[in-house]
Amino acid sequence: MRTDALILVTAFGYLALLFIVAAWGDRRAEQGRSLIGSPTVYALSIAVYCTAWTFYGSVGRAAEHGPSFLLIYLGPTLAMLMAPVVIRKMVRIAARQRITSIADFISARYGKSTSLGALVALMALISITPYIALQLKAITVSHAVLVNYPNTADTTLVDERFWMDKSLWVALVLAVFIILFGTRHLDASERHEGMVAAIALESLVKLVAFMAVGIFVVFVMYEGPGALFSSVAATPELVEKMGLNSVPGGATGWVGMLILAFLAFLTLPRQFQVLVVENVDEQHLTRASWLFPLYMLLINLFVIPIAFAGLLLGVGAGDSDSFVLTLPLSAGLEGLPLLVFIGGLSAATGMVIVETIALSTMVSNQLVMPLLLRSKRMHLSTSGELAGWLLGIRRIAIVLILLLGYLYHALIGDSYSLVTIGLVSFAGAAQFAPALLIGLYWRGATRKGATAGLIAGFVVWSYTLLIPGFAQSGWLDATLLTQGPWGISWLIPYRLFGLDGWDIYTHSLLWSMLANIGLLVGISLFTRPTPFEQTQAALFTQALHPNLQTTALWRGQTTQGELKELLIRYLGNQVTHRVFSQSDSKSNEHPDNPATADLITRSEQALAGSLGSASARVLINSVVRGEALDIESILSILDTTSQTLEYNRRLEQKSQELLAVSDELRGANERLRELDRLKDEFVAMVSHELRTPLTSIRAFAEILRDSGQLPDEKRQHFLGVIVHESQRLSRLIEEILDLARLESGRLTLNPTPLDLSALARQSVDAVARLHEDRGISLDVSITAETAIVVGDQDRLEQVIINLLDNASKFADRDHPEVRLSLYRHRQHYRLSVEDNGPGISADERERVFEKFHQIQQSGETPRGRPKGSGLGLPISRGIIAHLGGRLWVEDAKTLGGACLTLELPAAPDKAVPDDPKTIDG
Amino acid sequence: MKLTNGKSRKSERLIALLAVAIFLFSPPLIIIVDRFSSSSVSWLPLYLFAAWGVVIGLTAWLMEQR
Repeated sequence: MRTDALILVTAFGYLALLFIVAAWGDRRAEQGRSLIGSPTVYALSIAVYCTAWTFYGSVGRAAEHGPSFLLIYLGPTLAMLMAPVVIRKMVRIAARQRITSIADFISARYGKSTSLGALVALMALISITPYIALQLKAITVSHAVLVNYPNTADTTLVDERFWMDKSLWVALVLAVFIILFGTRHLDASERHEGMVAAIALESLVKLVAFMAVGIFVVFVMYEGPGALFSSVAATPELVEKMGLNSVPGGATGWVGMLILAFLAFLTLPRQFQVLVVENVDEQHLTRASWLFPLYMLLINLFVIPIAFAGLLLGVGAGDSDSFVLTLPLSAGLEGLPLLVFIGGLSAATGMVIVETIALSTMVSNQLVMPLLLRSKRMHLSTSGELAGWLLGIRRIAIVLILLLGYLYHALIGDSYSLVTIGLVSFAGAAQFAPALLIGLYWRGATRKGATAGLIAGFVVWSYTLLIPGFAQSGWLDATLLTQGPWGISWLIPYRLFGLDGWDIYTHSLLWSMLANIGLLVGISLFTRPTPFEQTQAALFTQALHPNLQTTALWRGQTTQGELKELLIRYLGNQVTHRVFSQSDSKSNEHPDNPATADLITRSEQALAGSLGSASARVLINSVVRGEALDIESILSILDTTSQTLEYNRRLEQKSQELLAVSDELRGANERLRELDRLKDEFVAMVSHELRTPLTSIRAFAEILRDSGQLPDEKRQHFLGVIVHESQRLSRLIEEILDLARLESGRLTLNPTPLDLSALARQSVDAVARLHEDRGISLDVSITAETAIVVGDQDRLEQVIINLLDNASKFADRDHPEVRLSLYRHRQHYRLSVEDNGPGISADERERVFEKFHQIQQSGETPRGRPKGSGLGLPISRGIIAHLGGRLWVEDAKTLGGACLTLELPAAPDKAVPDDPKTIDG
Repeated sequence: MKLTNGKSRKSERLIALLAVAIFLFSPPLIIIVDRFSSSSVSWLPLYLFAAWGVVIGLTAWLMEQR
């Protein structure tokens, strides 16, 4: 049965389980094996957004105001769509500046202002207290419903003081639990991994519990959604329920609520805590941007069916906020209501834990610490004493915040439904949005503007939402709501300036945002930020700039000893050691050495992680002489480095091009040198070749001149030599001219179709006499009777005679043999001249076509005179190449010596010459 | 070059999706859907859940792309 004892044991058992999970998470974090290093856990921890207000209140709001409850979740869906852009930026800033809360964030943005931080902390405290009250109320009421069913819970709540005490006990138990949870140790980074793990588990539990009720209602109480909705369609007063008409304020109210939920999701202290402060990896945002909206969709899937089922059940279901519990109870179930209670407890405790930790951090870092530093700074003597102070302050703050929540609940809460309280808090938290979001993107927003905007927005919110709440619960004269203060009708809180027909939240949001944004922008435009404010503004607005990652932001000077002393005094030995051991300049570690900019930055971060950025700055300034980087430096880092990067890129490109060009130049230079060397060689060779015949001509001519009485035959012989040498000389000059023409491309050829076989015979005839004289046997084998090619008759004859002449020179000395053959090879005619000489070795075969190349005949004594000028073959090859053919050396097939083969393409048939004379030669 | 290009396309697409989501959840369309079902039980919640599901699906598709 549902005895009090059973419920209490279950509830405490569940809390104990959470505590174990949290402790496990903390231990894993210490071991470096984080439990929460997964985007899914991150998304589940964001689901702390779904509080008891979602769990019980959504159904209540659906029953009263139709689909408007969905807006509370559609707004965050839009915000999560922007997460990879906006929240990523916040996460990046928070990680770099060790931001501990939203108050810290706003204070840091506007020059680490102590007063602004305190203002935000105070506003958060006032606007969130009702929200915490709501959770206490939810736990108390759900417990009452569970125990008292079928009696209505509300009456017992008022009649019996016992239940009132119960919610006080709930608050105190939660306070102890949160103290154990959140303030176990003071870390340099204000992260609570264990808490996040526990919150993620709670999110799973509340989802399962809610869906279990939904499935039970739809598929057990009714036979599926069809049956449920046909019952609804048959009930006239329910048909209109889910239309736009049920939404307060109609279309305007719709938009207002959407914007309100969107802003509040980003600015509620607990959302900021889980979204930004507890984020361990900004990559997690990618997954969370759709996983968390999916979570919200699932947990809302059965809200409307449950609301309809409760309304159909009528009186038996009691208050619409309790439908989730009363429906399974009305069916006589035992287990499911207990699961629902645990689900609701999860939703409520999750919210209270995170919210209270966030608020207590704000209270200690933004409210108490600055005061303490002002009065107490000189009295901290023992090391690490401050850590104890901070923990003490936070523990007291936790208890006070929960007691405040309890007081609100006890004194005012009963006159409101769950959703109403929640929305008042939403509108209060939304006041942080302009300072936060505009400050994130507009560098011109100043501290004065932000302060004025926040105060104005907060005052308007208080007047239009908070104070009317007091009036409704009887604390203030109720005529305030109907006639306005002192009877001034245009000051009626819910109808400011006569604006009528809007729902109270959109109404409040409009006026408060108008005042807030108006003053923030207006005053910012007419005030000057301090230099440090400008620096922080640049660091925030440019947070995603890649150059900021590695820049040390301090330029001041201090010694390592002073810095170490400061850290030990405020953070204790352990943290100080950690900060100093990260130092990359370990070798220089000495108390009197100057601290590096990097070390100063790390020290400030460590202090900021525990004390908040404003206090950390005050402390660092007390030992560091000099300033943090000013705005000009930051801007120049941002601008110049990007310019430098651009220049570097261009420079690299240019140098690549230069490298390629210089490679080309080097190649060209080498070719030129080679050509130059060849030219020099050529000139030397030519001179040498010319000098030899000249010398002998001169020698014989001198003999003839000097010795008058030479015998005739001798004179004849000498004259013969002179003539021979002169011929040789002129032939040589002719060849050199040919070569020069060939190389310069000025050789004129008259290509006409001619018969190569006739030409070959003609050439053989020309050398026949010479061969006979030398005793050379010449064998001619012409297989192609008419071999028509296109060529220059004289030049071709010159080539063939040259080949035959060469062959006769290099043929065997004793039995010289030369063979000329002409044959068709595919589309070409080949003419080859073989000899039976020693042949040409493979590596010499191309060199014989070089100018002035003379083959060294190995194994034989070099002949007295070179056999030729060494120009015949180069010229022949040049001529053949000009005629479109080839000339090369190969092994002689029949005679075994060298074989020089020329190949010319066969002339096309129509090119057969009509002049027979050419063929006949 | 290709990487930064792809990244910027992703943010552009995300912003476009945000605009679509805002349009889907805002009055002009909401009023039309609401009028559509004047006589029977309102289709508005069903429409909202469907649109919500589509937006979540598109976000998931966009964000999980490599």
